[in-house]
Amino acid sequence: MRVDNEMKLEFLSKSQNESFARSVVAAFAAQLDPTIEEITEIKTAVSEAVTNAIIHGYEYQEGYVTIICRIIENTVEIEVIDKGKGIEDIEKARQPLYTSKPELERSGMGFTVMEAFMDQVDVISELGKGTTVIMKKTFKKEL
Amino acid sequence: MGVSFETLNNTLIIKLNGELDHHSSTYIRDSIDEAILKKNPRNIIFDMSGLNFMDSSGIGVIIGRYKQITSNGGKVGIVSMKPQIKRIYEICGLKRIIPNYDSIKTAIEKL
Repeated sequence: MRVDNEMKLEFLSKSQNESFARSVVAAFAAQLDPTIEEITEIKTAVSEAVTNAIIHGYEYQEGYVTIICRIIENTVEIEVIDKGKGIEDIEKARQPLYTSKPELERSGMGFTVMEAFMDQVDVISELGKGTTVIMKKTFKKEL
Repeated sequence: MGVSFETLNNTLIIKLNGELDHHSSTYIRDSIDEAILKKNPRNIIFDMSGLNFMDSSGIGVIIGRYKQITSNGGKVGIVSMKPQIKRIYEICGLKRIIPNYDSIKTAIEKL
């Protein structure tokens, strides 16, 4: 399928970059004229994926988080990539309330929130290699 | 991101401002725990009127404080959530354990 626009963002896995990352993705997606509600949904989903990369992918060690955004017609596709430790059991990680780090007071709702706010969420992960979360959202065309 | 506190009767009102994500959650959690330790309230109310963004990290902070307060027989309420924050609150199932009120006055009366 033809890609209408694409951007790539790369930043260190520091928590102060979470706000930066979600704002950049929201600004890029804004060219599709989403509603304020849709923009907030994208910001929240990106925030969850980036937080996972920092906490679980890199476990607070330094590494790079990469975000690739594509616009294909009226759909935005967002890939959040880390080269961290990878997820052993993706199905388990996606379950609501599951957290591998209960000592950090995590709610275990990250993937549930991504799934609720985006149309499609796919996770590709390999132990020791890293994790890629691919999220898609299609905006309704104005009538 | 900021947090301020006010005590009314035996209730600690926690006013959250700005954006509550994983990055700001450490500071917010520590500030709230310090205020709870100092003021030893029976109940707490989260005033979300100044909160513009929250992800599931914020839910973790709220649930942590909820466990702390309810283990001492206290109650927790939330007031003035913006629509996008209310959706997170509903998706994460917080609705079942922490009631939502439209004003601090109502929350204090009902808790």
